[in-house]
Amino acid sequence: MIEIEHVTKRYGETTVVDDVSMVIEPRTVTVIVGTSGSGKTTLLRMINRLVEPTSGTIKLDGTDNRSVPGHELRRSIGYAIQGNGLFPHRTVAQNIATVPALLGWDTGRINGRVDELLSLLQLDPAAFGPRYPHELSGGQQQRVGVARALAAEPNVLLMDEPFGALDPIIRTKAQEDLLAIQKRFGTTIILVTHDMEEAVHLGDRIAVMDAGRLIQYATPAEILARPANDFVETLIGASDRPFKLLSLGTVGAAVEPGQALGEGIRAEASQRDALAELLWSGRAAMPVTAKDGSALGRVTVEGLLKRAARPQ
Amino acid sequence: MSIRFDKLGVAIAAITCYGAFVAPFATFRANRIVAGEPRSIIEALPQPLGLVLLAILVAAGLVALFKTPLGARLGGSVVALASLALLIGLAGSHLTPEGNTFARISPASGFWFLIFSFTLLLADVLTRLELSPVGRVVVLVAAAVAIWLLLASGQWDSLSILKEYANRADSFWNEAKRHVQLALGSLVAATIVGLPLGILCHRVEVLRDGVLNVLNIIQTIPSIALFGIMIAPLGWVAANIPGASALGIRGIGAAPAFVALFLYSLLPVVANTVVGLAGVPRAANDAARGMGMTGWQRLTNVEFPLAFPVILTGIRIVLVQNIGLATIAALIGGGGFGVFVFQGVGQTAMDLVLLGAVPTVALAFAAAIILDAVVEYLATRKSAEVALA
Repeated sequence: MIEIEHVTKRYGETTVVDDVSMVIEPRTVTVIVGTSGSGKTTLLRMINRLVEPTSGTIKLDGTDNRSVPGHELRRSIGYAIQGNGLFPHRTVAQNIATVPALLGWDTGRINGRVDELLSLLQLDPAAFGPRYPHELSGGQQQRVGVARALAAEPNVLLMDEPFGALDPIIRTKAQEDLLAIQKRFGTTIILVTHDMEEAVHLGDRIAVMDAGRLIQYATPAEILARPANDFVETLIGASDRPFKLLSLGTVGAAVEPGQALGEGIRAEASQRDALAELLWSGRAAMPVTAKDGSALGRVTVEGLLKRAARPQ
Repeated sequence: MSIRFDKLGVAIAAITCYGAFVAPFATFRANRIVAGEPRSIIEALPQPLGLVLLAILVAAGLVALFKTPLGARLGGSVVALASLALLIGLAGSHLTPEGNTFARISPASGFWFLIFSFTLLLADVLTRLELSPVGRVVVLVAAAVAIWLLLASGQWDSLSILKEYANRADSFWNEAKRHVQLALGSLVAATIVGLPLGILCHRVEVLRDGVLNVLNIIQTIPSIALFGIMIAPLGWVAANIPGASALGIRGIGAAPAFVALFLYSLLPVVANTVVGLAGVPRAANDAARGMGMTGWQRLTNVEFPLAFPVILTGIRIVLVQNIGLATIAALIGGGGFGVFVFQGVGQTAMDLVLLGAVPTVALAFAAAIILDAVVEYLATRKSAEVALA
């Protein structure tokens, strides 16, 4: 659990982060959203003390993060940034081994961990380990950046616009991979982005920041349904609010009894995808199937439209 | 197939023509300071060797003139240079009257033009061959061995510059040692001081402009003025600080020369360290900090390795600059090859000037090639970081 209590950061006269308090539950993904200059990156960097707060405290599992030297604290917290920041003069394997080496792990344990992480991120350890970062594509570099951040098995992973430099298709894939990794390791992830779409997709909770203040801190559904002010509403984008809302729920939750013709959709797909498929194929309903292929019922345009309406 | 001219080859052929047929090949002087009499290739060499040399030069000139395969151009330049090197020695013994130890034979403008034109051809070929860094050092070593063999064989002993050497063999090697000590010693001192100073300038922004400006100003002070400025403080140090004069510190001599070279060396070392460190990708630096490297670990593991090729370029500039500049140490009794240059100027004995100048140029040239090769070797491994940043 991460407790941020009345944290303020000033540079001279400018207040970059203004009295922010929030509690981040363990094993969840929290996304901090805001425009540039909103203080979101500064808030993130105060958690691992790359930036020291002017006032206020941050506690990790009940312990003040100032109780250990900054560099030791940072070794226990994963850190991944936009443009990945890989060391160009070190191989992929050496890059991933950075923190374990700083912690003094023995070679066997380091090599084992590097291979494990590369395999987990679908990079062949034998082929990619000895390569240099410039020999990799943007998406591969990003995955190595994530592997490096996770190398020392941190409980907390901080990510600053980790997908900012990726093209849309690779980005979607990278987001799925991140969610899968989070499920597997149970890591507490705090991710900064300016993209509300990404926030709704990834976050268990979303923190919206503007001009240094925490405007709203709630679940994606809550933020979509009841934006705290005009700023949050603008950030969501009025035109595709209903679709963002639908993207939060699975088809399984919208199943109605009955039958329908034509190609079906899997229960774990998002309701947004289901609606898009229905509209595009000109049907009013389509069958829903479980993982094993058995029929669960159907999903209808009418039913989905009701779910897309603003929750009361 | 039409005949096509090589652009550089036209210039090389023209210089060759002038050097071979118009300018004198060797100079004959009755003693070491009188004015010389010119001798052409035909006059300077026993027949038929003169005609053979002319034939070789014409053939090599033609190879250079037209678009020919690289192998032919390489062969042409090497054969021409080797023949010139061998036969100038022969001209020495041929032109020296039997038993006369006062006569001086030296290479004349024609010889130097020919050497220049075929060195140009060779350099052009080597550039086009795109040799690896290791390959270039191998070529350098081969050339050095060839020159050493010629010197050791006594082939050139009848040339004036080597007669000057024979008269000063002991002091030549002493001054050579002193020259290298001054150039390398001041470089080492400048690196020891300049690297930390550069790192400090990088980390502390307030210092940067001040330090670099002061070093810039030092760089613009003429060396002779710098020596003058240092006479008083160093003289005071020698007189008032116990043990200083025992270390060889005095107002004139090697100490002020060393200090001057050291001061001139600081700017390239500090400036390149600052530029190199500033070129380290921001993201890599931020990631290093974010993953828990201490300031020192970040410097040694990330910043310094990435900045090293640029820093090394600064060291290369300093080394070449220092080898040349160390010549002026002789002005204030600091020794080095400059001793021969200034003695020669004083005695109007050009051969003595050359005895000081030629080794200096050769040393600087060799240092440049070796360090360039090292810089490129390191850079090829890292060329991609630029693309990444």
